[in-house]
Amino acid sequence: MIIRILAEGQFEVADSEIDKLNELDAQLETAIDGGDEPTFAAALGALLDRVRDAGSPVALDALVESDLVLPYESASLVEVRDLLSDDGLIPG
Amino acid sequence: MSSVMKRISLIFRSKANRALDAAEDPRETLDYSYVKQQELLQKVRRGLADVATSRKRLELQMQQLDQQSKKLQDQAQQALGAGREDLAREALTRRSALQQQGADLATQHANLQAEEEKLTTASQRLQAKVEAFRTRKETLKATYTAAEAQTKIGEAFSGVSEEMGDVGMAIERAEDKTATMQARAGAVDELIASGALEDHVSGGKDDITRELEQMSSDSEVEAELARMKGQVGPGPGAPAQIEGQGAPAAQQAAPTSQEDKA
Repeated sequence: MIIRILAEGQFEVADSEIDKLNELDAQLETAIDGGDEPTFAAALGALLDRVRDAGSPVALDALVESDLVLPYESASLVEVRDLLSDDGLIPG
Repeated sequence: MSSVMKRISLIFRSKANRALDAAEDPRETLDYSYVKQQELLQKVRRGLADVATSRKRLELQMQQLDQQSKKLQDQAQQALGAGREDLAREALTRRSALQQQGADLATQHANLQAEEEKLTTASQRLQAKVEAFRTRKETLKATYTAAEAQTKIGEAFSGVSEEMGDVGMAIERAEDKTATMQARAGAVDELIASGALEDHVSGGKDDITRELEQMSSDSEVEAELARMKGQVGPGPGAPAQIEGQGAPAAQQAAPTSQEDKA
């Protein structure tokens, strides 16, 4: 599957990784709901690291849609909440 | 499939689909999207130039603060040599404030540099995708048969529009940061201009310099007076005579000038 980390690019990640990624994603969601910035930053960092470690970068000129999209590395809690609302950060 | 990752990708996808559905002929969407891509590339380049300008301005200010700080150090040394500890303390206090300001600017500078790097790679990514899109677009238009092209156009379009969404966000973040930096840089400029830090580059003199100069000119005056006293020696009558001759002449001249005005 293809996963995009915003502001970083797309990664091709083996489907077998999905369970581990879901686990980290669930932790991230808990952290977002909890509202604690350091916990949130740690959870986001862990998820992004896993994608980078397990994935390989997609060629720059490949025109493929991502299956999953992740926030950028330095995103704050507020910014991610905005990302998750339809009329939020994403232009267009 | 779980939450955060999926939700963000769904939002991206629905925005792309909405744009695609809006066009009657998908081929129009290709051309329209390509125009939008070019516009975005321009925007990224302008954004990069803005960030670079802000960075250079910060560098100039850091340089000015550094020079000013060195100057205050010299002044403190000079004042202490002249036995003016109060003046030396004042100079060192100001220097410490400047150094604090300089440290803040250094942090901002590092942030801007990071932003510049991110935008550079974002612009390279977008450039590569736009180029790929252009090639694909021409192929699709040449071999267009409604049924199969629809899907392929959709794929190419989604691939590039996701990148555009990503880069578009990066640009907005960079613009926000640049605006904040510019406001702060303006405040530092004002501080320098207001004389609180004193703009030594333009040749203006601050109060510490003036006081140090005053001290040395006072002692020069004393030395010159002592020298003149030595030369003049006895004979205080001569200056008084000159005064006596000059005074009536001035009194005569005064009414004349008043008549001229009237």
